[in-house]
Amino acid sequence: MLNSYLKLNTKVFDKDVEMVPIRKGFGEGLLEAGKKDERVVGLCADLTESTMMHLFKKEFPLRFIQIGIGEQNLASTASGMAAMGKIAFISSYAMFSPGRNWEQIRTTICYNNANVKIAGSHAGVSVGPDGATHQALEDIALTRVIPNMMVISPCDALEAKKATLALAQTTTPAYLRLAREGTPVITTLNTPFSIGKAEVYFDTEKPVATIVATGALVHKALVAASELEKEGIATTVVNLATIKPLDEETIIREAKRTGAVVTVEEHQIRGGMGSAVAECLSKNYPVPQEFIGVDDQFGQSGTPSELLEHYGMGASHIKEAVKKVIMRK
Amino acid sequence: MQHLGDEKIKELELAANDIRQSIIEMLLIAGSGHTAGPLGMTDIFTTLYFHTLRYDPKNPLWDKRDRVILSNGHICPVLYTTMAYAGYFPKEELKTLRKFGSRLQGHPHREALPGLETSSGPLGSGLSQAVGMALADRIDFGRATEKFFYCFLGDGELNEGQNWEAMMLAGKEKLHNVVAIIDRNNIQIDGFTEDVMPLESLRAKWEAFNWHVEEIDGHNIASIDRAFNEAQSVFEKPSVIIAHTIPGKGIAEFEHRPEWHGKAPKKEEAEMALRELRTLRGQIMSEHQ
Repeated sequence: MLNSYLKLNTKVFDKDVEMVPIRKGFGEGLLEAGKKDERVVGLCADLTESTMMHLFKKEFPLRFIQIGIGEQNLASTASGMAAMGKIAFISSYAMFSPGRNWEQIRTTICYNNANVKIAGSHAGVSVGPDGATHQALEDIALTRVIPNMMVISPCDALEAKKATLALAQTTTPAYLRLAREGTPVITTLNTPFSIGKAEVYFDTEKPVATIVATGALVHKALVAASELEKEGIATTVVNLATIKPLDEETIIREAKRTGAVVTVEEHQIRGGMGSAVAECLSKNYPVPQEFIGVDDQFGQSGTPSELLEHYGMGASHIKEAVKKVIMRK
Repeated sequence: MQHLGDEKIKELELAANDIRQSIIEMLLIAGSGHTAGPLGMTDIFTTLYFHTLRYDPKNPLWDKRDRVILSNGHICPVLYTTMAYAGYFPKEELKTLRKFGSRLQGHPHREALPGLETSSGPLGSGLSQAVGMALADRIDFGRATEKFFYCFLGDGELNEGQNWEAMMLAGKEKLHNVVAIIDRNNIQIDGFTEDVMPLESLRAKWEAFNWHVEEIDGHNIASIDRAFNEAQSVFEKPSVIIAHTIPGKGIAEFEHRPEWHGKAPKKEEAEMALRELRTLRGQIMSEHQ
């Protein structure tokens, strides 16, 4: 059942659960961060409304820089602003930033240790009809491999808002992964969030497997865990919002508790969050692990639910993976 | 700013000669690195640091300082040497260039050495950072700011598309205090720039991006000084100084030759180069004169 201590949304399993795009939380968080700290600036590459930065732009037009369609310039201009003491948020689609401008992020943001926060929206296959060119499935791998970089992938709009506000108080580079589509609201205003802390959202007595999920698929993981519980299979679900720095303590503790792990992410299996978990566990406490994610393929056009089913990231796939990983114990 | 008098010009020319000697010495000890670019840009760096730039080597983070952004990071020997002469760190440390544990990394690392404004090496991203700094400064101080942002670019570097993104942004924002300096030495690794990827007409291209353009002899101290003054006086546009330079300037054997772009002199070559610099190409007989 849902971990009551975390004050999660009790309607999370209902059919009429509220749906809000994760990126909206970023927009609202940035606006609030801007009000709290005048050093916050926003830069965008011609996607101001769809990354929800228009909320900030409207309130603080002089602290907003329209870069035009040039993500390399977006990254390095922000680095320059950070060098002068600004807290620079840049936004675009994840495919273009950090996709197009990876080296600029590496050299001018991370090697400089510049205070730049990269918001990559429309990540994953759930951007849907736009097709594979716009479906970023490599961005977690691209960002988590760079020294000095934090990587955060919130599970819903409220968590995205809290993450944005928390990032505005840090001084080093970060990547914030956002999704386009309406996503079930899992958390509430009272649910705790802190950078670097994973939380057990779903807990059972004598669990036999742990599902570690990130981003919009945390909801699918919760649905899978709830259905498995009815079938008599007890699991726990960890919301791994911060992929880097990894909350190794929680990951290892859960692995010791259950002896089996399934990771769930809307991203390539290779190099993603599941890989980060495997790096931690293989060194500290090896247990059988199954990986839910895209298996070395590009996406395609379709509705988000069609695509999640096709690429094996639905609740039914998570349930199968749990059953499989238990057999391997 | 006062224009330079003859005496000051002579003083700067001699300082540039000293800095060239230190560049040769440091490259010899390093055993690798770039020779042609640093020698070609020495006169401009000398004029900038010893006449134009506002800075405090004892307080490298002084918030009112002008910023120097070296986009073509591979010419860092001239930046490091000029900084040492300016008092940022002991000249002795120049011998550590490219060595393990050195603050003088093979390409500049901002975190390593106070006084460096950016890390650079991969080409094309310096102008964006200079523009970002100027934009941030404008938010804080408006157009009345006294700071200038000097960004050095290689000519071959302009092959990189990101420069043109930054040029558009600076032109759009009319960042008068951004001053780009292009080392127009006509060489890059694979040969002459106009063979590898033609840049001309360079002036027309920058003008089309709404920049004020100046072209100078990059070895004439008085011209360099005039160019910086003019750049500071143009208020509605960013300025670019296209500095025509001779790669390897100061040593006849090195001048104009693309092969000297990316290698360091060996012992005999360095001795020859130092002799040539110390005797001002044989104009004076004794090295001690």
